[in-house]
Amino acid sequence: MQKYSIFSLIKNAFTNHENWEVAWKDPEPKKEYDVVIVGGGGHGLATAYYLAKEHKITNVAILEKGWIGGGNVGRNTTILRSNYMWDANGLFYEYGMKLWENLSQELNYNVMYSPRGIINLAHSDAQLNTYSRRGNSMRLNGIDAVMLGKDELKKMIPFADFSSSARFPIFGGLMQPRGGTARHDAVAWGYARQADSMGVDIIQHCEVTGFEVQEGKVKSIQTSRGNIKTKKVGLCVAGSTSLLADKLNMKLPIESHVLQACVSEPVKPFLDHVVTFGAGHFYCSQSDKGEMVMGGDLDGYNSYAQRGNLPTLQHVLSEGVAMFPNLSRLKMLRTWGGIMDMSMDGSPIIDKTHIEGIYLNCGWCYGGFKATPVSGWTFAYTIAQDHPHDLNSKFKLNRFSSGHLIDEKGVGTKTWIG
Amino acid sequence: MLEIKCPYCGKRSQNEFSYGGDASVKRPALEKEISDKEWDDFVYFRKNPRGKHLELWHHVSGCRQWFKVSRDTTTHEIHETSKINEEL
Repeated sequence: MQKYSIFSLIKNAFTNHENWEVAWKDPEPKKEYDVVIVGGGGHGLATAYYLAKEHKITNVAILEKGWIGGGNVGRNTTILRSNYMWDANGLFYEYGMKLWENLSQELNYNVMYSPRGIINLAHSDAQLNTYSRRGNSMRLNGIDAVMLGKDELKKMIPFADFSSSARFPIFGGLMQPRGGTARHDAVAWGYARQADSMGVDIIQHCEVTGFEVQEGKVKSIQTSRGNIKTKKVGLCVAGSTSLLADKLNMKLPIESHVLQACVSEPVKPFLDHVVTFGAGHFYCSQSDKGEMVMGGDLDGYNSYAQRGNLPTLQHVLSEGVAMFPNLSRLKMLRTWGGIMDMSMDGSPIIDKTHIEGIYLNCGWCYGGFKATPVSGWTFAYTIAQDHPHDLNSKFKLNRFSSGHLIDEKGVGTKTWIG
Repeated sequence: MLEIKCPYCGKRSQNEFSYGGDASVKRPALEKEISDKEWDDFVYFRKNPRGKHLELWHHVSGCRQWFKVSRDTTTHEIHETSKINEEL
């Protein structure tokens, strides 16, 4: 594989950049693979990469119905963080942050990791108390967390509404300085390129239509491009998980919901950090191009449509305007929707199933993008070793029966609220 | 904007309603012994279909009645609505 560097860039400039190697091949599916990953999004590509790199399993196929990176990895707000309170989440996502920090070097692909800090604003004394509790829990788990007062915040986010007439006055905030953003497409492409170079077959436009299961073991997978024999199948299909599980006669603690995001027209540097509104559900950052990248609530009803409705967008943006009044002067450039696999406790599932050889990676709710590296890393481990790693040992499918829920937000089973 | 026909008030815009989830979920009968599995299925496990979905909505900023809606989860088309005690 051609290494990307300043020298290869200069060399290719002499030939008008017409002779770059393809970043990944377009192979025909083989008759049999050791492992088949369903879903060529961030998590599927990362899983295949870590299977090859960490576990030396290279006879792997990724089957993608559309094109790689066309689902949620291309539809998120690119936020990275590990500011969780419960141990299971905190330790898992913090391992992910460590993978993010070195990802560009590891993949030889600039994922534009930008640790610009994520600030959660508090709008009451009670909320500040809750945030300091969360901050302390984070620090006990070795995660960076800083409490910010109003005066410090005024210097950091001067355009926020600090006036006493604000509908939700700003009392302070909790910051994770190492949180930030990364370039979403580059993450998918970087993993795809490295996985391909180690022998993984990335098969696009290949839809899974069924599974052959005999005596509780998976034997083969049926696709729109023929049958593929395999003993191990990893499902990384986010919002479509219930549809594939249905083909295996499995019901899951998952509902699919549409989440919208949007970007404004590009403006000069305005916001240096990722900021979230504490009195509602709104988060924003400014992209390198200058666009404000914003998101908020789910549309609030089960949906498989990758587009949403205007009332939710209006609600979300009115929260944004309450926080940064001058956002009201911006024109919106684009809006889009993605299908979230909302789990019943708000935490993911990375586990084996009762069918031997079927592995499950789902339930990412809003937070799938930041988990891309650690999800792939732990899922690859789970598939290769046939048991979960310590990091994902709490993300079991049977926790809903055993009562070991990881309910970070504590909103119960109303997934459309969480 | 969805337009939802409340069986009591007629067609109103989505803003007046809040969602109540899958209407096909049935609480296990009170009088019989309930296994853990049945209870889990009721509380946590959902069919989550693509296409026709039977669901509960609440006319929260209107008559405050709960009712049933048959809606498509891919197109968001609303087929029909009914009172809570009527079959859909």
